[in-house]
Amino acid sequence: MSTIIATLGTGRARRLRAALTVLLAAAVAVGAPFYFAPFQVFQLTMVLLYAVALAGLNLLVGFGGQISLGHGAFFAAGAYTAAVMLDRYDTGHLATLPVAAAGCFLLGLGFGVPALRLRGLYLALVTLAFAVFLPPLLKRLEPVTGGSMGLTVDKLQPPAWSGLAEDQWLYLVVLAVTAVALLLARNLLRSRVGRALLAVRDNESAAEVMGVRLSLHKTLAFAWSAMFAGVAGCLYTWVIGFVSPDSFSFVLSITLLAGLVVGGLASLYGPLLGAAFVMYVPSVSQDVSEAAPGVVFGLLIITVMFVAPTGLAGLPGRVRAAVARRLPRRAPTSARTPEAESAPDGEPEPDAESGPESLAESGPGGDPESLAESAPDAEESAAASAPDVSPKSPAASDPSATDTPADLAVADAEPVGAPPRTEKE
Amino acid sequence: MSAVTEFLQQVVEGLGSGAVYASLALALVLIYRFTGIVNFAQGELAMLSTYVAWQLVASGMPFWLALPVTLAVSFAGGMLVERIVIRPVQGAPELTVVIVTVGLFIFVNALAGLIWSFTVKDFPQPFPDGGLDLAGVRVDWSTLGIIGVVAVVMGLLYLLFQHTAIGLTMRAVACNPASARLSGIRVGRVLMLGWGLAATVGAVSGVLVAPLLFLEPNMMGGVLIYAFAAATLGGFDSPVGAVVGGLFVGVAETLTGAYVDVVGADLKVGVPLVIILAVLLVRPQGLFGRAAVERA
Repeated sequence: MSTIIATLGTGRARRLRAALTVLLAAAVAVGAPFYFAPFQVFQLTMVLLYAVALAGLNLLVGFGGQISLGHGAFFAAGAYTAAVMLDRYDTGHLATLPVAAAGCFLLGLGFGVPALRLRGLYLALVTLAFAVFLPPLLKRLEPVTGGSMGLTVDKLQPPAWSGLAEDQWLYLVVLAVTAVALLLARNLLRSRVGRALLAVRDNESAAEVMGVRLSLHKTLAFAWSAMFAGVAGCLYTWVIGFVSPDSFSFVLSITLLAGLVVGGLASLYGPLLGAAFVMYVPSVSQDVSEAAPGVVFGLLIITVMFVAPTGLAGLPGRVRAAVARRLPRRAPTSARTPEAESAPDGEPEPDAESGPESLAESGPGGDPESLAESAPDAEESAAASAPDVSPKSPAASDPSATDTPADLAVADAEPVGAPPRTEKE
Repeated sequence: MSAVTEFLQQVVEGLGSGAVYASLALALVLIYRFTGIVNFAQGELAMLSTYVAWQLVASGMPFWLALPVTLAVSFAGGMLVERIVIRPVQGAPELTVVIVTVGLFIFVNALAGLIWSFTVKDFPQPFPDGGLDLAGVRVDWSTLGIIGVVAVVMGLLYLLFQHTAIGLTMRAVACNPASARLSGIRVGRVLMLGWGLAATVGAVSGVLVAPLLFLEPNMMGGVLIYAFAAATLGGFDSPVGAVVGGLFVGVAETLTGAYVDVVGADLKVGVPLVIILAVLLVRPQGLFGRAAVERA
């Protein structure tokens, strides 16, 4: 397989393949609502709107290295903004989207300013407290929010000329918004802001020395991320037509984070996989027992962080690398495979060169090949920041190896995987 | 009842719940000192310990025997968690470790639901009914008992850290793991010990709060938020700060609930949010914490 990739992997063939992939994906995505049953279309719609929230969370967690345990609250804020506008002011659906987005952006700025001035986990604490506080607050503001009964509003209706059923129209609208949101997230990451964010994640001190304003970029990332969650919340109101405080409990925030981690941190299509996870795992495992989704999520998160820190999205790359290591080495193929795992000593891997290239090649706009390409690249960067778990875990599972020098070195060298990343700046 | 006694009454009740927050905050701070990790699963581990205690009592063991057994189980459990879940990611970036503790949070919460179901359970009140009457202020035995137990735990911890050889090695590891290892301390074992201790202290808070809140898998979620506020206020690296912060948060919560009409009982959970935000804006290192100095 890797040979095929190698042959296709250059020049026009590569771009052609990319264009074909995108066309195919778009055709499948647009065709889906005409093939599946209404309930399945509804589920797919939910997957798409969760993907928007996860793409936002990914900006913050995967690329920004900050943690939010309260994205469910921003989701709720977006959903309620839309619901209240529809319920009290009868503004029409379209107007609610920009208001929800802007409102959540500002809310994110407000919480980000105190929480992100400092290093560490204060953002996680603040967002956690906010997520726990919001449902009782919504219940209290009964005159506006309808209290614990919630608000029922009109779903988005298909225009008469389209001849579409409600579920199909909703799906297509959400699909369009999701596509725009994912594209926006991708472009944001390729901009100056995105590069600054990556630098901050990988080595705050180094980034600051290079002139990146830490608190500004972290706060902006958080605000963007809150905005995405707010947009997803707004779509939720369009699709479900009902909001209540209990739909947005703390569990939602935790589930979103769990979905993102399992789907793949710092990967561009990880949010989509994660969203499918958020949607389907609870509904499938709920049949087993009320507690089953939690058990599955909890175990998966820990397992993913131990063995596959890049999540589902990074899995193909890791498997390819593992396979390539076992195969006899052929010059062109082996040079292209990411060898992150085989470099526990933090040596810059051979593939590290392809990272900056795919980041810099934002020239051919909308080139989806680089979308796929940046998966191994994202894996590199994730391997640089999040993990170095994988190399260490085998050592740790052996009790006698606990006090090895490798363990010792960890104590003072904190940004272990930083060197390969800093090359790019 | 005069306004003053009414006020004092609220303060006493605040101190009672504050003592519970203090002990969970202490558990958080212990782990933070040793490993630099904020353990988001601390409350859930405490909840699991409380279920162990409940199970023991339900199977006929007297409470005051069940308590030491529970604490011993929690100690062992904490050590196991460190060894199995945390050690593999020790030294990995903060993000990885936090996500792992969040995963542990979800897992433990659901596990308790799986084993004991999500129905609320009555937890026996270990302290007798009634209380003292101090100049019109009524102090329940249970409030006194909670404060007393937490004080004893703190005293024991102080003795352990300041006056035993184990305590000395533990402080050495907290201070500088690399040097500690070079001078022959088995850092891994000390970290296990630290997690065991933290789980024990957390278990105390769970057992104390269970009769008030009723036992169910989500019992400690709220308490955890208050404990975070307490630790932030006191400073994440200061055990004394955790205790002072816990008491302060408890009193602030009760007084706000009683005297600020807008807040009332349902919005009290906003108090920790406000406290965390205020501390971060005014004195980010907390009352007793040391400001972090960045070294590249």
